[in-house]
Amino acid sequence: MRLALALAALVIALTSAAEPRKSGIDYASAATQTLQKDDAQNPGMLWVKDGQARWTERTGAANKACADCHGEIAKMRGVAVRYPAVAMPSRDEPASTSSAPRVINLSQQINLCRVGRQRAAAWPAEHASLLGVEAAITFESRTLPIAPPTTPLLAVAQARGEALYNQRIGQIDLSCRDCHDGLAGKRLGGNTIPQGHPTGYPIYRLEWQTVGSLQRRLRGCMTAVRAEPYPYGSSELLDLEAYLMKRAAGMPLETPGVRP
Amino acid sequence: MASALITMPKAARAGDVIEVRALVQHAMETGYRRSSEGALLPRDLIRRFTCSFVEGTGQSVSTSDGSSKPGSRLVFAATLHAAVAANPYFAFHFRAERSGTLIFIWTGDNGFAHREQVNLLVT
Repeated sequence: MRLALALAALVIALTSAAEPRKSGIDYASAATQTLQKDDAQNPGMLWVKDGQARWTERTGAANKACADCHGEIAKMRGVAVRYPAVAMPSRDEPASTSSAPRVINLSQQINLCRVGRQRAAAWPAEHASLLGVEAAITFESRTLPIAPPTTPLLAVAQARGEALYNQRIGQIDLSCRDCHDGLAGKRLGGNTIPQGHPTGYPIYRLEWQTVGSLQRRLRGCMTAVRAEPYPYGSSELLDLEAYLMKRAAGMPLETPGVRP
Repeated sequence: MASALITMPKAARAGDVIEVRALVQHAMETGYRRSSEGALLPRDLIRRFTCSFVEGTGQSVSTSDGSSKPGSRLVFAATLHAAVAANPYFAFHFRAERSGTLIFIWTGDNGFAHREQVNLLVT
């Protein structure tokens, strides 16, 4: 009994370390918060507008627009909250891609549609149009809570991502957890270390002066601790994305977020 | 892939002072930065932003340069330089007296030109 109580206390102590969970915007200055809150000022809205234009633009050898299959973009409400998700193999996919079910993020899903349905070339990572369509789709889910699906394949990816999150890397020998759980709220140079919840992606980062993906942010952290960043689209970055979304489950999306 | 967002009321009462806000997508590359390979990134700036007002209702305004059209009145203008952040944002006030069209023009390096127009109904 005493052991059970001690265990319960330990569990409470461990889980309360990250509570209450805070979005990165809560740590930002009042000016940055205003920039995110006001759609007329938020530069991320330019990418959303661009993505909305792509949504109805016919392209590729199939001369199809996203809207031809999916209808109005407003129907994408609730879609972004569940990515990364498990993609089932589709007959529309080119034969070169894997035929097994696998975990993909929203930008990979957009490119699957582009290649498979529109018969157009996939956009490279961080392409402005890819970020635009991703931002426009995620914008439809703004204020909805992050809700990763519970599928065994995704659970495996989340577990691998958690292991990576806790793994010390780089010459500076830090794990994600060391800063974003252990030192969240404290200062690193001029900025406050956030808890690392991916609630606003794709985000407009003032340092970047442009919109970027969660993978760009993760790679930036890896470079900062002097580790070799995983390449865009690698399974490691995807596993980390899957774990971070699980870690942030229930928190509302704010896309397009603005961060310092 | 330039796009712009204009935020302003579509209608106003005569004499009202309305706020006009304009945000445009542009990298505003200073010409002083280097790429990760060390090469100097060429300067690419918006040089000028103008907003002018053309009186009259309807969608008839279609000239590419609203500021030189007879009957158009310059409302706001700015000259931009290398220290302006990417995606420049302007907010200014305008007294609505008659219905018409506000024309926003951004011009800059490498032939950059972007134009937006918004109709304003004054009652």
